[in-house]
Amino acid sequence: MATGTVVEVVMPQMGVSVSEGTVTKWLKSVGDHVDADEPIVEISTDKVDTEVPSPGSGTLSEIVVQEGETVAVGTLLGRIGGEPGATAPPPPPPPEPATQPAADEAMASAEDGVRETPKPAAPEGNGHDRAFVSPVVARIAAEHGIDPAAVPGTGHGGRVTKKDILAFVESTPAAAPPAAAPVQSTVQSTPAAPPATPQADEVVEPMNAMRRGIAEHMRRSLDTAAHVTSAIEVDMAKVVAIREKLKPEFQRAYGVNLTYLAFVARATVDTLREWPWVNAELRGESIVTHRTVNLGFAVALEGGKGLIVPVLKHAEGLNLLGMARGVADLAERARGKKLLPDDVQGGTFTITNPGSFGTFHGTPVINQPQSGILGTYAVVKRTWVVQDERGDDTIAIRPIMNLTLTYDHRLVDGAYAGGFLRDMRAKLETWGESDY
Amino acid sequence: MSEKTYLQAISDGLRLEMRRDKRVFVIGEDVGVYGGAFKVTLGFQEEFGPWRVIDAPLSETAILGGATGAAIMGMRPVAEMQFADFISCGWDHLVTVAAKQRWRAGTPVPITVRLPSGGGFSGGPFHSQNPESSFAHIPGLKCVCPATPADAKGLLISAIEDPNPVLFFEHKHLYRRIKGEVPDERYTVPIGEARVHQEGEDVTLVTWGAMVYTAAEAAARLGDVSVEIVDLRSILPWDKEAVLGSVRKTSKVLVLHEDTHTGGFGAEIAATIAEEAFEDLDAPIKRVTAPDTPVPFSPPLEQAFIPQVDDVVKGLEELVAY
Repeated sequence: MATGTVVEVVMPQMGVSVSEGTVTKWLKSVGDHVDADEPIVEISTDKVDTEVPSPGSGTLSEIVVQEGETVAVGTLLGRIGGEPGATAPPPPPPPEPATQPAADEAMASAEDGVRETPKPAAPEGNGHDRAFVSPVVARIAAEHGIDPAAVPGTGHGGRVTKKDILAFVESTPAAAPPAAAPVQSTVQSTPAAPPATPQADEVVEPMNAMRRGIAEHMRRSLDTAAHVTSAIEVDMAKVVAIREKLKPEFQRAYGVNLTYLAFVARATVDTLREWPWVNAELRGESIVTHRTVNLGFAVALEGGKGLIVPVLKHAEGLNLLGMARGVADLAERARGKKLLPDDVQGGTFTITNPGSFGTFHGTPVINQPQSGILGTYAVVKRTWVVQDERGDDTIAIRPIMNLTLTYDHRLVDGAYAGGFLRDMRAKLETWGESDY
Repeated sequence: MSEKTYLQAISDGLRLEMRRDKRVFVIGEDVGVYGGAFKVTLGFQEEFGPWRVIDAPLSETAILGGATGAAIMGMRPVAEMQFADFISCGWDHLVTVAAKQRWRAGTPVPITVRLPSGGGFSGGPFHSQNPESSFAHIPGLKCVCPATPADAKGLLISAIEDPNPVLFFEHKHLYRRIKGEVPDERYTVPIGEARVHQEGEDVTLVTWGAMVYTAAEAAARLGDVSVEIVDLRSILPWDKEAVLGSVRKTSKVLVLHEDTHTGGFGAEIAATIAEEAFEDLDAPIKRVTAPDTPVPFSPPLEQAFIPQVDDVVKGLEELVAY
């Protein structure tokens, strides 16, 4: 039958908690030559969209999983090598009796007395994949306030074993056991709805993995946190002036585009240090405050259909240049589908910036398990009451930006959030050229 | 301390008790002149006389009925079933009378019934069974299944001393095959207390009797997997705390017994673990047992019937990989 070695292309494990992915696009057709490491197929998971590099060189001989299909991690997607189409599954056979040659073959193999057992070496796990959580793992997870899905699994089918979760607890000292073991209510995904039947004037399309992920996360966040939004108006005159001055310099010297977002992010990191509960989370009965700021940035994809939140790790160690560079890098990689699973994990606070569309206010949804999300909006020229040199009120034209802080009122109270916003405003309004 | 076979240890314990306590006597088929089918009581009649080492007719009903009556009258009979399989003939005396007498009338019934049990030598369906789980279901009885010579001696003395009817399952396959250091003096091993045959971290293997050795061989073959072998020693009462403690440590359990599967005592152990240590489990409880058939004569079939080292290795590997 097939000549040469057959290499299997499988759905990769994109991050520890990802259990399935959707084939969005085959970049090669059956019969095409593909080199090792050349992108062969595009996949989409609820964490990232990415290209899968080819595991070997040869001719793409078979496509097993078609575009649009969602399959579990490890599922065979296609084969490279062998004769094109040789191993392709035939169309479903018509329901007719086995042909004589096939029957002969069956007889022959029965007479051989050698029965092939194509059984996998791994034991059967009752069909459980990594999503199965054993009683002891569930208990340890509840005691430590851990989502078992976040633990790398080494058991059958990637299942999280007791050893795995104990090692995870060991390696995350922050996950100290709360005084009383909380009962964690894990919100199940939306109950199965009947499949949508298109009516006249309706277009029905399946949700992709990312859409499902966003849907589940948004619902879960609203079911978890007590969302409250406070807003403040910031006179951005100083930031505007400094940005105008530094922008060409940054571009020339570093090739970095200096955006307002970099200023806001820089001010956020500093203000979070003074208001640590905004950079914190509720874990069971405990308040967990982060010593570091891993700043997530909401990045819109594909003309607004899709959203990803890459994380700038240890943002507290970045100056204005580092911040501008980091934000630009994440946004570019997000849009180019080049993010790695680690890039979208471990955030402690998030900034969303819908201002580029001119919106001046919003109430974003918190990125769980964080305690707050900052919204930045358009910098708009407005008539503004200011004091002149003599201390008299007068009307001026000022670049004004609204900032919102949406916070989890379970942890953060209104006064605390107000203090955070006030200090944010102060930092932005008094920005000095040599700052940061 | 001296090295003794499992059989010599039983013989030694019985002799010590007969020397110490005049109420202790032996009754069974061929136990006197012939010294017992397996020679456990060889020389006993010479030492203790025919009234304390009684050759009974071929009737388990008579042996157990007589023993029960003698026990109610204050004696301490040690009845021998030539093969454990034949205890079924004495079921009524044991289960209906001996096990219930204390509850009905407050009378202790201190019988010890010695039961040469188990297979491994092509004894076929009537000479190879392990009927312990049938009796573990009867309140009022006690069942012990020692695996080592030292435990055999200590548990036999405890059984004779116990005011309740105790079934002493001695595994024939261990009689001359297993040797060990046994204290020369009189001592007891408490009924209902398990023994950790070897400590381990990854998987708990609960077993008793001859299967302790199958378990140890399987564990040795696994190498880098650390298996804790709990030898129950008694199955009624059984040492729940020892098993649950080990399960809490390892979170994975294999229960191994030579008896058949359905309703075997492993089922009781598995159910108890599920009830009392559910939140400590990291894998389904696994049982390795004989299949639900009579014991076959044919050596290869008997090998397929009795759990072998390979079966246990496979079970352990599956648990580890789960």
